[in-house]
Amino acid sequence: MTVKLYIDAIRDAMVQEMRSDPSVFVLGEDIGLRGGVFRVTQGMIEEFGEQRVMDTPLAESGIVGVAIGAAAMGLKPIAEIQFVDFILPAVNQIISEAAKMRYRSNDDWTCPMVIRAPFGGGVHGALYHSQSLEAMFYHIPGLKVVIPSTAADAKGLLTAAIRDPDPVLFFEHKGMYRSIRDDVPDGEHVVPIGQAAVRRVGTDITVITYGLMVHYAMQAADELEKEGISTHILDLRSILPLDKQAIVDSAKKTGKVLVVHEDNKTGGVGGEISAIIAEEALFDLDAPIVRLGGPDVPAMAFNASMERFYMLNPAKIADSMRALAAF
Amino acid sequence: MVDVLMPKLGESVTEGTLGQWLKKVGDPVQKYDPLVEVVTDKVTAEIPSDMDGVLAEILVEENQTVAVGTVIARITPAQKSLESVAPVSASPTIVEHQQTVKKPQQNIKPQQNVKRFSPAVRQLAATHHVDPHSVQGTGLGGRVTRKDILLAVSDIQAEQKTNEQLVAITPIRRTIATRMTDSARDIPHAWMMVEVDVTNMVRLREKHKRSFKEREGIDLTFFPFFMKAAVEALKAFPMVNSSWTEDHIIVHKDVNLSVAVATEDALVVPVIHHADRLSIFGLTAAVADIATRARQNKLTLADVQGGTCTLNNTGAFGSIQSIPIINAPQAAIVSVESIVKRPVVVNSDAIAIRSMVNLCISIDHRVLDGLVTGRFMKYIKDKLEAMDDSTSLY
Repeated sequence: MTVKLYIDAIRDAMVQEMRSDPSVFVLGEDIGLRGGVFRVTQGMIEEFGEQRVMDTPLAESGIVGVAIGAAAMGLKPIAEIQFVDFILPAVNQIISEAAKMRYRSNDDWTCPMVIRAPFGGGVHGALYHSQSLEAMFYHIPGLKVVIPSTAADAKGLLTAAIRDPDPVLFFEHKGMYRSIRDDVPDGEHVVPIGQAAVRRVGTDITVITYGLMVHYAMQAADELEKEGISTHILDLRSILPLDKQAIVDSAKKTGKVLVVHEDNKTGGVGGEISAIIAEEALFDLDAPIVRLGGPDVPAMAFNASMERFYMLNPAKIADSMRALAAF
Repeated sequence: MVDVLMPKLGESVTEGTLGQWLKKVGDPVQKYDPLVEVVTDKVTAEIPSDMDGVLAEILVEENQTVAVGTVIARITPAQKSLESVAPVSASPTIVEHQQTVKKPQQNIKPQQNVKRFSPAVRQLAATHHVDPHSVQGTGLGGRVTRKDILLAVSDIQAEQKTNEQLVAITPIRRTIATRMTDSARDIPHAWMMVEVDVTNMVRLREKHKRSFKEREGIDLTFFPFFMKAAVEALKAFPMVNSSWTEDHIIVHKDVNLSVAVATEDALVVPVIHHADRLSIFGLTAAVADIATRARQNKLTLADVQGGTCTLNNTGAFGSIQSIPIINAPQAAIVSVESIVKRPVVVNSDAIAIRSMVNLCISIDHRVLDGLVTGRFMKYIKDKLEAMDDSTSLY
């Protein structure tokens, strides 16, 4: 075990898989000589060369299209989209081609591809560098969507994603790159896609969340513990597929569920989680399921006060948790 | 008496015209009962009573217009409301307003009583047979929460525990428990039952019953007859009168018969030593003595030691079959069940009403097998069936 930054754990997984499997390569904008805008791929072109660490034009549809073609021919591409906000030109490739490759070809072709993309706000990224777009892909059968909240999970889930025979979207909260560090297993480390993790065991309320909000919820739970409120926290880790059993189990634990995500509330993953609980755990519910998400406004603003208005934080989450505990 | 004044019915209203009086002089009125209609240029309203009482006087007739503050009627308050109404000014309440005041007051109670429960609360309450209405809620607005139910359930469970009476285990109870557990665990028990026709034995006892009592001062029961037969059988089959040890089987030469005596709260098994030396009379006397002393808690240590086989009078409880646990380290225990009259096929395929009894035996199968046991039981059966009028009690 070594304590590593979230960003270094991501690089760890890519480097290890590229060393052991020559069919793995990375491509994206500025990932080669520059090492990526966030330096995720720093040093990789020196080790693996420009054939396997490939700088691309600013054309996301092209990046994903190339990756799909390479994957169809048996390679294992890791395509980096510089910000998830820029993934939109590639959505046709992702939804209509990558997600449906196996189905359309009756299992003859697969698409063992990973798309990595930083997402999320709170870093003064403004309209084009702050979005959370997981709900859009969450709706699409044929895709997997992974959002790790710890460095260890980032390494383990990215390794699993690279080895997965089907397309996986790997979303990294950019605010976590250098703010989250934890014990990461050295050497091979795989976290199965589709398994949630209980981050905190409690008896009064259950918080179900993912990504950066896991950390905010943990901080809020620390505050509430001083007030005598015991919080159970489930980190989904993968949102497609969802770990339904873990969701239902954690809901039953307390009967009071708060679902938290940074993405805006309407049409977010929280709605699906709430529905699963309503369908499968009605008789264990002691309160209405509560969703806490970003406001339904077009974008996160640049100026600090408007950004604070948009972003959730531990205090906002704690308020919702308190209200639910009091119900 | 309390004055009812013309109320101010609006910001710019200085006077009002009375409409129809809704109460007559002498009518009982209750607080909030409408007394009279008032018509202004803005609104038609009803003036309510401020108190319970009787409408004593009407001072302003219908269709008269009077200034705000004019006394329009007087009410004699009901006794209890006197104190609170001394300086009454008629409340300036129009009917619509008054109703909005009244409604919540009337509805507060029902709203509090109509409790709505979450699915978890309903489910838990049903599972644990708790009435959620009886649980004090700690949630928002007094809502009964899942935790409240869980707490109530644990309270009830604690209470139920206090509803159980704990009986101290007496030393003798503890001894019985230990010995029965040891015996049941260590001894491989086997069982057998024979049925015996004791018609003649019953006649024998009937014949002597009264004279025996007069002569000896004790009741002649059936039990000594069975003891007699059992003791003779133990003499004939000494292996039954033995004990298993890991090294040897100890065959006892003395026949010391343990007799189970029930007392209210325990079972004691005093011993009749050298039972083989006693006649039916002697056995009767010995049993009477030992049973009396057992029930008076006057047994000595010697009285309960040295038994080599046990005879158990389960018939006294009305039992007709039992599977007794051996009184270790003995090798056998025999139960004498109830004597019952039954139709029985007797010789020449005739059916006769006979007095029948079941004798049940539990054996230590390490010591005894079915063959010896069967012979032993047949011996007792033959002895009992051979008894008749001529059998001596002495």
